[in-house]
Amino acid sequence: MIYGATVAALLVIMGLSLVRAFKGPTVYDRMVAANTFGTLTVITLAVYGFMRGRPEFLDIALVYAVINFIGTIAVAKFVKFSHLGHPAGDDHGGDI
Amino acid sequence: MIHYVLLIFMAVVALGLARQRNLFAVVILFGIYSFTAALLYVVMDAVDVAFTEAAVGAGISTVLMVATLALTSTEEKPATWRVCPLLVVTLTGAVLIYGTLDMPRYGDPSAPIHQHVAPHYIEKSAAEVGPPNIVTSVLASYRGYDTLGEVIVIFTAAAGVLVLLGRYRPKKRRVPSRKDQAVARKTTTRKAAARKASSP
Repeated sequence: MIYGATVAALLVIMGLSLVRAFKGPTVYDRMVAANTFGTLTVITLAVYGFMRGRPEFLDIALVYAVINFIGTIAVAKFVKFSHLGHPAGDDHGGDI
Repeated sequence: MIHYVLLIFMAVVALGLARQRNLFAVVILFGIYSFTAALLYVVMDAVDVAFTEAAVGAGISTVLMVATLALTSTEEKPATWRVCPLLVVTLTGAVLIYGTLDMPRYGDPSAPIHQHVAPHYIEKSAAEVGPPNIVTSVLASYRGYDTLGEVIVIFTAAAGVLVLLGRYRPKKRRVPSRKDQAVARKTTTRKAAARKASSP
C-alpha cells in the first residue's frame, strides 16, 4: 500500500518535471528537468521492485543511475564549449 | 495502472517533440522519452530490452545527437502544416492499431509464441546448453548463427564508419629552418621574460 502511494507520488513528480522540460525557457531548466526525470526513474524502479516483491530491480536501478549522468554531462559540455572534443585546441586528440 | 501513466507520458513527450523547434530541447526530451520507455520495459518484465533502451537511447544517442548539433544549427525551420502527410500518418497508425486487435492479450500463457519452442527451451536448456539463464543460452547456442550474423553486421558498420571518418594522423613534422629557429628562440625568451615579470 505504502509502495503504491510512493509510486503514485513519484509519477506525479515526474509529470511536474516533464512540464518544466517542456516550458523551460532556458537550456539549464531543461537539463535539470531531464536529470531529475532520470533520477526519478531510478527511484521509481527501486520502489516498484519492492512493491512487486522483486528487490532485484535495485541492481537495474543502479545501472540506470550510472547511465543517467552521461547525457547530462554531454549537454553541459556542449553548452560550455560548443562542441564535445578538443577543448584546449592543441593536438592531444581531445578527451571524449 | 503504472503502464497507462507511463504510456501517457510517452505520448505527451512525443507530441512535445514534434512541436518543439529548438533542437537542444528535442535532444533532452529524447532522453526523457528513452527513460520512460526503459521504465515501461522494466515494468513489463523485459529487463534486457530496458537495459538496451537506457544504454543506447538515454546514454549514447544523447551524446551522438549533441555531437551532431555541434556540427549543425540548433534551431529548426518553422513547421508548415500540410494535410496529406497527416492523412497518411493517421491512416498508417489506424492500420497498425487494427493489426494489434488480433494479437493475444499481454502475458497470455496460451499465446502462440509460448507454445512453439519456448517450452523446450525452458525444460531442456539447462541440460542441453548449461547456463541457468535461458535467454543467454538461446542467444549464444540455439540462435548462435543469428548472433554471429549480428556481430558481423555491427563489425561491418564500425569498419565502414572508421573508413569514412578516416583515422587520426599526427601532424607532419618538418625540419625547422634557421629562420624558424630564430623566431622560436625569440618567443621563448619573450615568454621567459613575461614569466619572470609575472612571478613575485
